[in-house]
Amino acid sequence: MKKQALTDRRKFILNMARGFGLATMSGFIWSAYIDEATASSLMLRPPGALKENDFLKTCIKCGLCVEACPYDTLMLAKPGDNKPIGTPFFVPREMPCYMCPDIPCVPVCPTGALDESSLTTDGVLDINSADMGLAVVDEESCIAFWGIQCDACYRACPILGEAITIEYSKNERTGKHAFMKPIVHSDACTGCGMCERACVTEKPAIFILPRETAQGKAGNYYIKGWDKEDEKRLKDAKEIKTTTDLSKKSAMDSLNGSLEDLY
Amino acid sequence: MKKIWDSYRYSILRRFVQIGLLVLYFGANAWGWTILEGNLSSSLIMGVVPMSDPYAALQMLFAGAVLATDLLIGVGVATLFYFLIGGRAFCSWVCPINMVTDFAAFVREKIGMNQLTGVKQPASRKLRYWILALSLVISAIMGVTAFEFISPISMVHRGIVFGMGFGWAAVVIIFLFDLFVLKNGWCGHICPLGGFYSLLGKFSLIRVQHLEENCTLCMKCKVVCPENQVLHMIGKESLQVLSGECTNCARCIEVCDDDALKFSIRSMAQNKKTGE
Repeated sequence: MKKQALTDRRKFILNMARGFGLATMSGFIWSAYIDEATASSLMLRPPGALKENDFLKTCIKCGLCVEACPYDTLMLAKPGDNKPIGTPFFVPREMPCYMCPDIPCVPVCPTGALDESSLTTDGVLDINSADMGLAVVDEESCIAFWGIQCDACYRACPILGEAITIEYSKNERTGKHAFMKPIVHSDACTGCGMCERACVTEKPAIFILPRETAQGKAGNYYIKGWDKEDEKRLKDAKEIKTTTDLSKKSAMDSLNGSLEDLY
Repeated sequence: MKKIWDSYRYSILRRFVQIGLLVLYFGANAWGWTILEGNLSSSLIMGVVPMSDPYAALQMLFAGAVLATDLLIGVGVATLFYFLIGGRAFCSWVCPINMVTDFAAFVREKIGMNQLTGVKQPASRKLRYWILALSLVISAIMGVTAFEFISPISMVHRGIVFGMGFGWAAVVIIFLFDLFVLKNGWCGHICPLGGFYSLLGKFSLIRVQHLEENCTLCMKCKVVCPENQVLHMIGKESLQVLSGECTNCARCIEVCDDDALKFSIRSMAQNKKTGE
């Protein structure tokens, strides 16, 4: 069978289909790559950074924060670091954030990805309100929890006594010594990482995680009945009725019913 | 010697500018210079004047980011600057990838790759506009700046200023692509940043001017031009090169032995005459 030449109309339609198809194909490949490339969540951002999702769309990757940092704490993610490329981060064990009172890394940000207003209390920059992450203690490897006296992290903490406190308790093993256990308080900890840097164990027993990763969430179901403030949540609580197959019969009925169902 | 200077004077100047800017950026991070801080995505000149990549800002807008005032000022400065000196002057005078692709084009010509692959190019130069559009769509859907996460330009520039990592691989990929796959492949077909500046350059002021009466039809300019579709008027009409795809690299001017090409200011009168 002899092939007929394509009509102009068919050529047009084919070209349209081809363009659309190629765009869809490359769009999916590109999006898949972006999704993978921005997936890393275990990354500590400079002070004042927006929430990770907003940060990724707002940071222009210019490195002005890196250049402003006087301690070489901040780095830009390089190809091969397996972190969202070009975005600033720090590794506390190598170099923690030293919490400069004037926070030089933040006002230089041209895009507001590092948000000055989130660090401003009463019109003044306040580095203590930073939230870069949260220190977490691994009680298994912390030698203070073994009973050996060590308060390196407590001493290193720039807001010692608030972000880290020492809890004394009796060492039953010896019967005459005290445990001096470091306790992190999440409301005060800024995640600067000076404790992680100071920790004496081979691999730090206290380390910074992004708050999202480090913390759980109780949700709305539980209320502290002994806390007047928390009790107020009950006032505007709405009833949510769950209907499942099981609750069709009330619990009483099913307990008091005959045993026929069981056999 | 005079001959070499004459036929490479703009190329030498361009390398001087490209490398000089890299040194200034590098010095800012390494030794705390404040002449030019940041990188090509966003910089601070003399610690005062911001300059930001308008294409990156456009992606941010599509991704749904709130554009800060500093950024908008920076975008304004950059847009005005490239509006004056020619949109794609960025490509040939600033972008570090230009050195890689120029070198690839040089080697390609020397080893005879062009004879092997023939004159017919297997891809359209319009591709970059499609990629530009696609990057904006993906930015909107994924909520991140799509091209900024794959851009070899910022990867390499950031690499030189802040530490390379595996960024050198991007250089190798582009070099091999331009050498063996597609002549002027990256800069002339794919790069959406070049596409963006092409659109901006449609209106820019500094243009190459062809003087037909001096032309001896040697066609050296068409051979060296990385975007030779913009030189359609050579030997035919005395026109300005008005296509935004011209990078103002001035290779055509320096190879011309007959003074048939020169830089000029965009003239509106001539546009009316030719209907452009």
